Amino acid sequence: MEPILSTLPQRRSRWRLNTGMLGAVLLLGIALPCLLSLPWSLKLYDAQDYTLINTAPGSTFWMGSDGLGRSLGWRCLLGGAISLGIGISAAIISVGIGVTWGTVAGYAGGRIDALMMRIVDVLFGLPYILLVVLLDLALSPFVEHVAKWMMPDTWAVQLSQLLTLLIAIGGVSWLTLARVIRGQVLSLREQPFIEAARACGVGRVRTFWYHLLPNLVGPIVVYATLTIPNAILQESFLSFLGIGVQAPMPSWGNLASEGTEQLASIGLTGSFTRWWLLVWPCVLLGLTLMGLNFVGDALRDKLDPRSRKSHR
Amino acid sequence: MFRFIAWRLIQLPVILLVIFGVTFTLAWLLPGNPLENPDKPVKPQIAEAMLKQYNLDSPWSFLRSYSVNVLTKGDLGPSLVYEDQTVNQIIGSGLPVSVQVGITALILALIIGVGTGLISAMKPGSLWDMSSLGIAVIGISLPTFVTASVLMIIFAGMLKWLPVQGWDSWEHMVLPSLALCAMPGAYIARLTRMGLADVMQSDFIRTARAKGLSKNKALIKHAMKVAFLPVLSFLGPASAATMTGSFVVEKVFNLPGLGVHFVDAVRNKDQFLILGVVLVFSTMLVLMNLLVDVAYAWVDPRIELVK
Repeated sequence: MEPILSTLPQRRSRWRLNTGMLGAVLLLGIALPCLLSLPWSLKLYDAQDYTLINTAPGSTFWMGSDGLGRSLGWRCLLGGAISLGIGISAAIISVGIGVTWGTVAGYAGGRIDALMMRIVDVLFGLPYILLVVLLDLALSPFVEHVAKWMMPDTWAVQLSQLLTLLIAIGGVSWLTLARVIRGQVLSLREQPFIEAARACGVGRVRTFWYHLLPNLVGPIVVYATLTIPNAILQESFLSFLGIGVQAPMPSWGNLASEGTEQLASIGLTGSFTRWWLLVWPCVLLGLTLMGLNFVGDALRDKLDPRSRKSHR
Repeated sequence: MFRFIAWRLIQLPVILLVIFGVTFTLAWLLPGNPLENPDKPVKPQIAEAMLKQYNLDSPWSFLRSYSVNVLTKGDLGPSLVYEDQTVNQIIGSGLPVSVQVGITALILALIIGVGTGLISAMKPGSLWDMSSLGIAVIGISLPTFVTASVLMIIFAGMLKWLPVQGWDSWEHMVLPSLALCAMPGAYIARLTRMGLADVMQSDFIRTARAKGLSKNKALIKHAMKVAFLPVLSFLGPASAATMTGSFVVEKVFNLPGLGVHFVDAVRNKDQFLILGVVLVFSTMLVLMNLLVDVAYAWVDPRIELVK
């Protein structure tokens, strides 16, 4: 008979640790090539060769080429850099807003707290996708104006599209983090060490930087890693709907959605001829998101105080 | 309990009002009032209908006349793009489709998610556990439009078991629901599995085991109830989101649902439709959250609803 105290988490933590490492390796293996190849991929992503359209992966194009004779390999590399860039910047924006919002609400307490949290509730009540699209449309003229003022017009248009997109995605994904941080601050605020700091005459700002923030690093890191895959996924949805990263710029999202159009050929001809156009972006996207989720989960098990109790 | 529900029902219109205000402001950040949209001039018959009903002198006067119409007649106004349909008609025809697909997807997600989570927790570290967790992570990691397209290709294109697109019979509902349930299903499986793993360590389970209950019996009779709580709180927002339709799934399978309008209304700057769609969504979300809170109290009597 098995022992009564045979515990699940012992096994779980071993499996978690492995997946965390696996995720990190996966991520590095995909992100590094995407970033390191940027100097070349930026030049080659829209180089066209009309004699070689829709070629299968082989010696000329190692991932195949698309309907305009562009190398899918370079497009996937640049697309990866763009997708990861959007994910990371959106995560930074959402962490910035979320942490500030949460700490101010939790620290201020009382009516200010109630008001700020009701605002979060209201934003939760709005359909996420509608908010992103609205923000995207409402912000784009403004961002474009600013960008044109700062750099040559040709760059400004493309860059401002990317900027609007990541502001819109980051601007709507801070809500959960704000709630979590506020909860943490509420419970930390009552701890003896904060009280001791106050008794010593430490100011509010200093208390925040030296005593509160170090205790918030755990949840912040965890939610940041979990926000990145969500942001990348959001971008892919927007690309699918035609409002994400605009052509000719690639992202995994719009590469994958271009690839889904190829699926129609199965209905017509019965065989999936241009499989590479769908498979590569999806595999890269899937593996990256998987890696990020694995790392995020592993970090949560390690750092999040709410799940720490299971590691007694 | 009744006091709690009554209190929440009183709050409901206030929350809706605020949400409405936010959407109204955002929708008006899109250029100009509906009649002065430079990109797309409004059709004359729509403009006439609007001028008859609404006062368009300023955003404020418009807001007033619009609110009066919504509150007294339940009239959400004309659509600026679909000339022969009002917003009420659009929502009336789209919502049932979305809700049907959404509810089916939600039920599927619950059955599949809780089922796999439970079996995984019974035999942690087993092949089943590993593979179901793996599939769950894939379910979370792949965009819905990919899952939906692949499902369509396999079951409609290659095997020809089910129709490709459209909305005529129950067979048209199978693939969209399956595609839609992948993401919530994967989340539910993970939540169940993690929740159970945590709960199985707690003292009351040890007591139950010490009394002689088998592990699986303790799992189902005692641990399930507690481990279900995180799933329950996930269900609130998830159900509103799935029921008002996933725009992606509706687009792939060409369903006449409501989800499409969430995106298209904004892109077409169809302000009346934006407002109407948001009102429907938020009402459902708030109601779902209320339901979840009530269910929470019912499952876990320790939770105090009114302080």
